[in-house]
Amino acid sequence: MNITNFTPITAILGGVLIGLAVAMFFLFNGRLVGISGIAANALTNKNNRFDNILFLLGLLIAPIIYSSFTGNEIKITISDSLLLLLIAGFLVGIGTRIGGGCTSGHGISGIGRFSVRSFVATLTFMIVGILTVLIKNFI
Amino acid sequence: MNKIASLIVGIIFGIGLVISEMINPEKVLGFLDLFGNWDPSLAFVMIGALAISSPLFHIIKKKEKPIFVENFNYTNNKSLNNQLIVGSALFGAGWGLIGLCPGPAISSIALLNINSIIFVVAMLLGFYFFKFINFDNKNV
Repeated sequence: MNITNFTPITAILGGVLIGLAVAMFFLFNGRLVGISGIAANALTNKNNRFDNILFLLGLLIAPIIYSSFTGNEIKITISDSLLLLLIAGFLVGIGTRIGGGCTSGHGISGIGRFSVRSFVATLTFMIVGILTVLIKNFI
Repeated sequence: MNKIASLIVGIIFGIGLVISEMINPEKVLGFLDLFGNWDPSLAFVMIGALAISSPLFHIIKKKEKPIFVENFNYTNNKSLNNQLIVGSALFGAGWGLIGLCPGPAISSIALLNINSIIFVVAMLLGFYFFKFINFDNKNV
């Protein structure tokens, strides 16, 4: 183990905003944030569809709002392997539906209310994610 | 009002992803690269988020009702089953391959990066495909 590129201050700051967003959604709309659930339901379920679409719209315009206020350009580095992108996207989509949540739904909303189920889910996807990176680095 | 709240909550959540750099798959893969050049940032994002949301959640749930709607609406599913493990493992594999989970994937569309758009299209197909899987109890 060799720690590099660690950004604890911005990580905590961003995390606090995410936690605030989760608490606000619960206080105002009585719902727990789980982005895989919100996105999948916007696609396949009529209940709360407009709410879900607006939430996703907010997620989508957030980087634009951030950039226009701060003038900072947002840079990301992502694989350009078409095959890998398609397989990974599909696995994330179907896996979060089968497992009933993703990093936000299980990792924050679930663990935040001390759900054992969400704790087990989070541990599972983190261990498999770590193993996947380990194997990928090997190949 | 709940419509406006949904939009604003989405924006705050998305700005959190941008500031914490979780929108960048490279940062997430750095966290998952535990045995290489490890970047613990993602753990700090979760600590920051839980430090705020967890106490507030326990305070808010004692209220009679939410502010803009009539009832709290969440499942209290406690079952630990194969479905939970298999699904989370499939998600973890996809997450480790590219470094994107649903929130950052959707936010990153705004950057008009063709690769994240391809990922999101495949993810939506995955959501849709779930309909065709039969489980004894589809309690998700």
